[in-house]
Amino acid sequence: MEKKVILKTSHVGKYFYDPIKFKALDDISFEVYQGEFLTLAGKSGSGKSTLLYILSTMDTDYEGELFIEGKKITGQSKDKLAAIRGENIGFVFQFHYLLPEFSCLKNIMIPAMKLGKKSTEEIEALAYQRLEMLDLKEQALKPASKLSGGQQQRIAIARALINSPKIIMCDEPTGNLDTKNTQIVFDLFKQIAREFGQTIIAVTHDLDFAKASDRTIELADGKIISYGL
Amino acid sequence: MKSVNIEIALTHILTRKRQTIVASFGVTIGIAIYICLNTLIIGTNRYSDNAIFKTTPHVRVYKEDEISKPLSHDSLPDKRQYVIVNPKISNISKNLINPVKLLNDIKRQPEVTAAAPMVIANIFYNNGKSQLTGISWGINVVEANNMFDIESTMVGGDFKTLLSTPNGIILGVGIADKLNIKLNDNVSIISSVGVIKLMKVIGFFKSSNITTDKSKSYMNLAAAQQLLAQGPNYVTDIYVNIKDPEKAPVYAGFLATLTGYTTEDWKAANELFVAGKKIRGILFMVVSWAILLVAAFGIYNILNMTISQKLNDIAILKATGFLGKDVVNIFVFEAMVMGIIGTILGCLLAALIVDLLSHIYIGADIGNFPIQFEPSVSFTGMGVGLLVTFFAGYIPARKAAKVDPVAIFRK
Repeated sequence: MEKKVILKTSHVGKYFYDPIKFKALDDISFEVYQGEFLTLAGKSGSGKSTLLYILSTMDTDYEGELFIEGKKITGQSKDKLAAIRGENIGFVFQFHYLLPEFSCLKNIMIPAMKLGKKSTEEIEALAYQRLEMLDLKEQALKPASKLSGGQQQRIAIARALINSPKIIMCDEPTGNLDTKNTQIVFDLFKQIAREFGQTIIAVTHDLDFAKASDRTIELADGKIISYGL
Repeated sequence: MKSVNIEIALTHILTRKRQTIVASFGVTIGIAIYICLNTLIIGTNRYSDNAIFKTTPHVRVYKEDEISKPLSHDSLPDKRQYVIVNPKISNISKNLINPVKLLNDIKRQPEVTAAAPMVIANIFYNNGKSQLTGISWGINVVEANNMFDIESTMVGGDFKTLLSTPNGIILGVGIADKLNIKLNDNVSIISSVGVIKLMKVIGFFKSSNITTDKSKSYMNLAAAQQLLAQGPNYVTDIYVNIKDPEKAPVYAGFLATLTGYTTEDWKAANELFVAGKKIRGILFMVVSWAILLVAAFGIYNILNMTISQKLNDIAILKATGFLGKDVVNIFVFEAMVMGIIGTILGCLLAALIVDLLSHIYIGADIGNFPIQFEPSVSFTGMGVGLLVTFFAGYIPARKAAKVDPVAIFRK
């Protein structure tokens, strides 16, 4: 099967200036394929999270170029980038980051409502469908702050999925989950990649998690030491 | 797309009811005081203007004393001749020439609402051996009453009797007290030119000024003319009221050109009063704005706090496709909701306070507090309130819009 490149970086480098000038990423070039479950692994300080935020389009202060679906992303305006994010990228963070005042359902719906491509009714139906898939339907109307960590992380995944983004990016998605919940989240990612053809890029320092993914890019000291191919 | 922002803003407000109420309440107080102070200043100004306009016309047309011109040696054929001069007020009569035509000319002007001929005479009031100096206004009864509402200042007798009593006189209460004069007594008047006239006291008036009450009297135009030994064409002043008293200084200039005589507007005649009014206005404005600003700071503070507590949420919103502009919209909307609630309640509170004040009796002369509900002040109050809350929301919201999600997530 021909592999389709969905995301590509070309000679990406990044400096941190505080407290001293320091090269966090050096000449990073790699390709990510559609439907792939890719992990970025490495020790703390290897630059993997920094790289993820560049890929996410949220960090714009870097050298080199970033392409999503063959389109150059580097140099676009902040507002354009926000629109690209809203449509193409879903996020799952280590600390869940749900909006605590809103119900789980609303948390899932908000990115889709912002995108504005579907009516509120359609979005609600879709959100319920996602919740069902994640086995959280009965939590729908509870405020997000009332859920357990594992449940919150699954809600965050449902939120990342709501706009059917091509790419889902995760920063230590299982970072503070127990083994059981880690397994649940992991299986979910596998399923998403396999069934919906969505690409998953996850940053992790959990080697078991990395090994079980489709491919692992390993970083050390801001350089790629293994492409996992 | 818009509705998501509003929904988020409303959720923030509803989950922080107490803070919202506190911030709104600040605006309520601010707006209420702003409206009350401004209403009060309008009421007070209206009252004191009215008090002024009971004795002063908007514009006074009269003939200024002329200094006699020296014989200039320039005008003499031989330049070496010197003329010793002693300039002083000329002896020319203070009469306005052809006052009837002048009055008609003035009355024809569209801006003029009332014009009345006057003969102002310096006189002595005599009762037995006691004597008082004073000033008497010879008036056209109907026109002068239209202009100054003399009837409303009457405390004894009937003003209208003056119409049917050619030698009637209305005295200030101070004069009556000092000379021990009662209604329908006779009083002997001596004018500055030595004419003596016995006049019948048909009433007393009481103005808000004691000095006036101790010296001033009203009589018929003809009686004053007789006292000054002049004929019926003798008029010393024409008093003019116009539609907008604020324009009096400009209009006085126009009347001077029209009539050829000297004019004096009420502001020039009452400089101290005008200055006092100005200072009062500035003082009230400063106080009312200060209070509004404090209220705005309340909103600013609460939003600032909300925003620093919600940095994570803002980062999440930005990560999921919200623009900086959406973040601004959300927080400005929250500020505006607080502002609108506060402003509406503030207007209601102000109406209540104004109503309460207007029923408070403060003194014989003024009566109740000179205050009444002014819709225009409420509208400006609302406008100002919303404007101030907009900025109180916009400034912290702009800061929120600049939040860098990466910086938040990396912590």
